Amino acid sequence: MDRFISPVLWQFLTKWLHASALFPAEASGISPYVDALYFFLLLMTIIGTTLVAVLLLTFCLRYRREKNPVATQVEGSTLLEATWTIIPLAIFLLVFVWGALLYFRIYDPPTNAMNIYIVGKQWMWKAEHPGGQHEINALHVPTGRPVQLTMISQDVFHSFSIPDFRVKREVIPGRYSTVWFEATEPGTYHLFCTQYCGTLHSMMIGEVTVLTPDDYKKWLDQSNSGMSLAQNGERLFASMGCNACHSGNAAARGPNLAGVYGSKLILTDGSERLVDDAYLRDAILNPSQHVTAGYAPIMPTYQGQISEDGLIDLVEYIKGLQNNYRVQQTLMTSQSDQAAPTTPTAATNETGKP
Amino acid sequence: MSTANSQSAPISHTILSLPDQSTARMPKRSYLNNEDGLLSWLLTGDHKRIAILYLISITFFFFIGGAFAGLIRLELLTPQPDLVSADTYNKFFTMHGIIMVFLFLVPSVPATLGNFLIPIMLGAKDLAFPKINLLSWYLYLIGGTLTLAALVLGGVDTGWTFTTPLSTHYLNTHVLTAATAIFIAGFSSIFTGLNFIVTIHRMRCPGMTWFRMPLFVWSHYAASLLMVLGTPVLAIALVLVALERIAGIGVFDPAKGGDPLLFQHLFWFYSHPAVYIMILPGMGVISEVISTFSRKRVFGYTAVAFSSVAIALFGFFVWEHHMFIMGVSNYSALVFSLLTMLVAVPSAIKIFNWTFTLQKGSITFETPMLYAFGFMGLFTIGGLTGVFLGSLGMDIHLTETYFIVAHFHFVMVGGMLMAFLAGVHFWWPKMTGRMYPESLSKLAAVTTFIGFNLTFLPQFILGYLGMPRRYHAYPPEFQVLNVLSTAGATVLGIGYMLPLLYLGWSLKYGAIAGNNPWQATGLEWQIQSPPITPNFIETPIMDHEAYDYEWLANQTKHEVTTVG
Repeated sequence: MDRFISPVLWQFLTKWLHASALFPAEASGISPYVDALYFFLLLMTIIGTTLVAVLLLTFCLRYRREKNPVATQVEGSTLLEATWTIIPLAIFLLVFVWGALLYFRIYDPPTNAMNIYIVGKQWMWKAEHPGGQHEINALHVPTGRPVQLTMISQDVFHSFSIPDFRVKREVIPGRYSTVWFEATEPGTYHLFCTQYCGTLHSMMIGEVTVLTPDDYKKWLDQSNSGMSLAQNGERLFASMGCNACHSGNAAARGPNLAGVYGSKLILTDGSERLVDDAYLRDAILNPSQHVTAGYAPIMPTYQGQISEDGLIDLVEYIKGLQNNYRVQQTLMTSQSDQAAPTTPTAATNETGKP
Repeated sequence: MSTANSQSAPISHTILSLPDQSTARMPKRSYLNNEDGLLSWLLTGDHKRIAILYLISITFFFFIGGAFAGLIRLELLTPQPDLVSADTYNKFFTMHGIIMVFLFLVPSVPATLGNFLIPIMLGAKDLAFPKINLLSWYLYLIGGTLTLAALVLGGVDTGWTFTTPLSTHYLNTHVLTAATAIFIAGFSSIFTGLNFIVTIHRMRCPGMTWFRMPLFVWSHYAASLLMVLGTPVLAIALVLVALERIAGIGVFDPAKGGDPLLFQHLFWFYSHPAVYIMILPGMGVISEVISTFSRKRVFGYTAVAFSSVAIALFGFFVWEHHMFIMGVSNYSALVFSLLTMLVAVPSAIKIFNWTFTLQKGSITFETPMLYAFGFMGLFTIGGLTGVFLGSLGMDIHLTETYFIVAHFHFVMVGGMLMAFLAGVHFWWPKMTGRMYPESLSKLAAVTTFIGFNLTFLPQFILGYLGMPRRYHAYPPEFQVLNVLSTAGATVLGIGYMLPLLYLGWSLKYGAIAGNNPWQATGLEWQIQSPPITPNFIETPIMDHEAYDYEWLANQTKHEVTTVG
């Protein structure tokens, strides 16, 4: 065969047939659902385009000038026009409902999801597992377990995309965004930054490795850095002197943090706020806007003093505080352990902004 | 449909009727030779001359923007970043986007064909504000020159979307120059829109009621509303970017208490309606062309007219569909997705109305009609793939990939550029008095159609596979589809070079067209080609509906208004 066509072309065609897929792998629980909608929409497009093409062709053949020298004027037809208003509208509304259900499914994480933090910066992805495992441009996840990513950018907009999982979410500076998935097939998959973020945008890529639960456990043990995020947070909590006010004592100047995560707080302005990751982060950076009722607005801002990684550590620490015992321990630690832990440097100093 | 001469002879496959070339002469006086000298062009208030100035300048910018597209495709021929550096590549797609969107697509049909034709179609001597019209061309030129300046000084790499805080804090390229250029070019667009709105309201000739206006005018009216109401918001967004960049005011920077999503809202509040600014005038062209070459009144005139207005109206309330993955509230996403589905309906209506205009017509296949068929096919695909992106769950996977690149090129290039070329060919004899060469132009139309599909169909597949847009390098498994796309771009490039050559040739050697070579019904076809400076010798009186071919057949003397 390759004698009849040019070898280059032959090579090209073989390569295409062997190496080029027309369709991405289905490697997450949601993929088949996304693909179902995709095929429906594809069908709609093919039928719609074919319909228009066939009508055009038929009319062009039947009413070309040679066959139909004199046109018959037609004003319009309410019935026909109603038909091609209502039928597309009905299809589009169906697509709307279908797409909306899918959207809520993709963006509303189940409550039992395990959480991994992602920090995006020009031009790399950092993944931080609660156990303290850190990865750059890589992400290890187990199969069969919902994984939620809590993501934030340290500089510009990025976007976290795993095409084979059919999930993507913008990673925004200054606020947490979340996405979740449940990987189904062990293997490695592309991870892309899909929001243009400057010079090396196309190098802000990585590999998602999906492991069986056993392999994942092994990987976690091997990659252990010795300190969990909460432990890092605890050190930071002590070294920043947070426990001076948030001591958990009845007479403390700051509110008790034990059990605060997931509760509802009444603020001085009377509003009620659910304490989640975003709330904790905002309250550290911008305390004057988040004063719990009954307390004085005396907390200084930590804007620019704690990096996003540090904030994640603190959030993770506060999340895990179930009772005052841990804070008391921290109090002890900070008094006894004078060798201050290494604080991650502030974000603004690293990026060398103008 | 010309009755007298077609009864004995066999029915021709074309409606083209040219005057006898052995005796035909170009008119002695026309807007082209009314005054001589460069200054008479640069200081003109004549809408027709300004249209020609625009035509020359946007053609210039189209080919610059096209050259950048060629460079992008060339780099993407291989997965490795081997042709240019990452920064240079980023500048390529930024310049391609800025030039094509703000300096070509937005002014393309309105500033050239609209400028030339709207007063004539309404039976007026000029637009309402001739000097503002000229000012708008100068603003366009200043905007264009500044863009070129940014390019020559070293380029800009924000992407045409100027996303903050990237554009305000992290780039050291000529962001301000480019932003200023777009700011100024935006005013050019506002003035054009303003001029059209006032002209359409106030300068219609006696008898020209709203529902006797050609659909070309209706679609320009809708687009003008968008220009006037939307463009100032873009201007505001750009001023805020400049302020944050120069003075460090924290509007968008979260570290200073700003909101990075605010920029997205402001930018897309303009830039989504801008899509309709680009496509609506093209739809106007298609209505005229389809009617003329099927010898029939447009099917459901009122529906087509109102669907333009409906698109303009809904077009303002769908901007958030560019932000579905950006952490907007799930419930607001619901509302915007629903409205996006609604805005797709008027476009579907138009497609079917045009298709049924052909039914029982007497169809011929001249070049403008071929381009119009190209438009209908490609715009249908472009529109339907838009429904993918308006659907919330689907958008998550598809947005920011090559799928979206393919989608908007189907609408903007497959749709708008096809419509622009249909219009340029259709009205070329009116604007210049001469015909373009028919067989060569048919070849160009077919080449464009094939090249276009080869370029952009593979990109849909690439997008679903997950290839992100604006990537300088990509995983090797995407190469085959990228090679196909680049091959298509080469064919497409040839398709666009051809008209430049033969239209230029026709200015001198083209057949003399006469007043009404297509036997069309519009007022513009009842006057001399090229028209005299005041368009009409005496104010016309519109005593019939638009697209009234019986009226045309009954006109015994088509050329009463000719000045010899």
